[in-house]
Amino acid sequence: MSEQSLDWVALAGRRAKGRRPQFLDDPAVERLYSLVLALAAEVSALRERQDTVERLLDDKGTISRADIEAYAPAGVAAEERGLATRAYVARIMRGFQQEVEAMAAQDPPIMHVVEKVSRA
Amino acid sequence: MATDLPPPYTALTRHPMMPRASHDEAARFNFLTHFNRYLSGPIGHGNRLAYETRVLPAFRAEHGREPQHRYEIRDAMNRDPWHRAWSTLKRNSMEMRQHNGRQVVLRQLDELDARARALNDASGQLELDPAIRQPDYQTVVDVHCQPGGYHGEERPGDVSAGANYDVGIFATTGGALGGLTDGGGQAVVAWVQQQHPGWRPRRILDVGCTVGHNAVPIAQAFPEAEVVAIDTAAAALRYGAARAAGLGVRNIRFVQADAEDLSRWADAHFDWVQTTMFLHELSAGSMPRILAEAHRVLAPGGLILQVEQPQFTEDMPLFEQFLRDWDTFNNNEPFWSSMHAQDIHDVMERAGWPRERQFVAAVRAVVDRSRFPGSPAGPQEDFGRAAIWNAYGAWKQAQPRDLAGEQTA
Ligand SMILES: C[S@@+](CC[C@H](N)C(=O)[O-])C[C@H]1O[C@@H](n2cnc3c(N)ncnc32)[C@H](O)[C@@H]1O
Repeated sequence: MSEQSLDWVALAGRRAKGRRPQFLDDPAVERLYSLVLALAAEVSALRERQDTVERLLDDKGTISRADIEAYAPAGVAAEERGLATRAYVARIMRGFQQEVEAMAAQDPPIMHVVEKVSRA
Repeated sequence: MATDLPPPYTALTRHPMMPRASHDEAARFNFLTHFNRYLSGPIGHGNRLAYETRVLPAFRAEHGREPQHRYEIRDAMNRDPWHRAWSTLKRNSMEMRQHNGRQVVLRQLDELDARARALNDASGQLELDPAIRQPDYQTVVDVHCQPGGYHGEERPGDVSAGANYDVGIFATTGGALGGLTDGGGQAVVAWVQQQHPGWRPRRILDVGCTVGHNAVPIAQAFPEAEVVAIDTAAAALRYGAARAAGLGVRNIRFVQADAEDLSRWADAHFDWVQTTMFLHELSAGSMPRILAEAHRVLAPGGLILQVEQPQFTEDMPLFEQFLRDWDTFNNNEPFWSSMHAQDIHDVMERAGWPRERQFVAAVRAVVDRSRFPGSPAGPQEDFGRAAIWNAYGAWKQAQPRDLAGEQTA
């Protein structure tokens, strides 16, 4: 490790110059989106790390941190992990994805259905 | 099914300058790559659905007519809850890409700076000019939310901007540009080699090269040619020159210069002037001046080729224009909108290339398909970022047909 003069943790988080659009009415919700997405990325990274540990243990029976850092999935392993990440994103994004489906379906309010089936 | 999965981050080529991403840093980029593809893929058509099922009907009810401009669609969509939620997801993903990239780079900046210095001192391929400033249109906001832009430094003389650009572009382009992020340059090379197999350009100018992602493959494909890659941003050039030297590409020089003034090069000096994803980051005033300079330094019979996302022409539906315009307002690309709305053929004509000598070629990223399956096309396309471009080109007349006219251009 080199001696570090820069406070890289603080500096890395610098904002980009230019006013940020406010997408949502409530700024607190806007902040929550940022927080939840960052956590989602961390969970994804943890899942990958776990997968790396398991694959290396399968292969070698025992591993070191250096093994984990050096691990680069290839071929089938890369595809399996890619697919697992895709499935993970699909799980955390279900609410959004089903909202899109709902826009396409245009279901009537449930009360309409309740009334309809209680008549027929 | 698996063929359209993005490659893992670790498939990127680890050239000597590439910052080393830890296991978890790479995993964060993997998440963002998948997340970006998810935003444009599985839920990407939500914007169109919201538009067609409620935004457009409400617009018609209110105005009694169809929208006449992409900005009218934008105003209406900016009130739609789906588009707002989708936009905040996308903006966050851009910000997270920057944050991750800067963490990777800044924690190892000492080593990166030392490596760059050693490579650049040994190669002599870097030429900086402290008199060159980053243009105002580049500093008014940080382009695509890159803190510090292309030119910013954490300390004088560092490579942080270029290094961050290189480590993170994988995530925003969905891993579609290949192991060296050079799919665009390789596409240009493939086009030239297929269309003009005998052509041997000797001097090539790449304008606005950043770290040389797309200039280096041109140098590699034409080893006899001398490539000059210019940019105003020293912070990007330092990294780019070291990256090229680390890759063993010797016939390219990275020169700090402002494309508005190429007076250090004589008229007709270059056989080929290339720009890649460059015009949309200029300004209305600078673009014609830069193109006029490009025309001046281009030799008769020479080629200009400019790779961009498609222009907003009349036959592009307004809704697609609106989608392609998202980065203008939400990702600090202030010239994107008006640049894409210009008649590029007109702009090139005024710079000196008559319309009848102009052409448009469709180019698509050329990558190692065994490792990089490429970006989705069609409805899954991530508008504004897909690895599918138009190349706006022209061959300069071999025999000046009207010298006087050309001199005033
Ligand atoms: C989007 S990047 C270009 C990407 C690059 N061509 C590639 O293929 O990877 C735009 C670049 O243009 C540079 N630039 C902007 N105005 C310029 C000017 N007037 N002269 C030279 N470079 C300029 C910026 O510093 C930035 O690096």
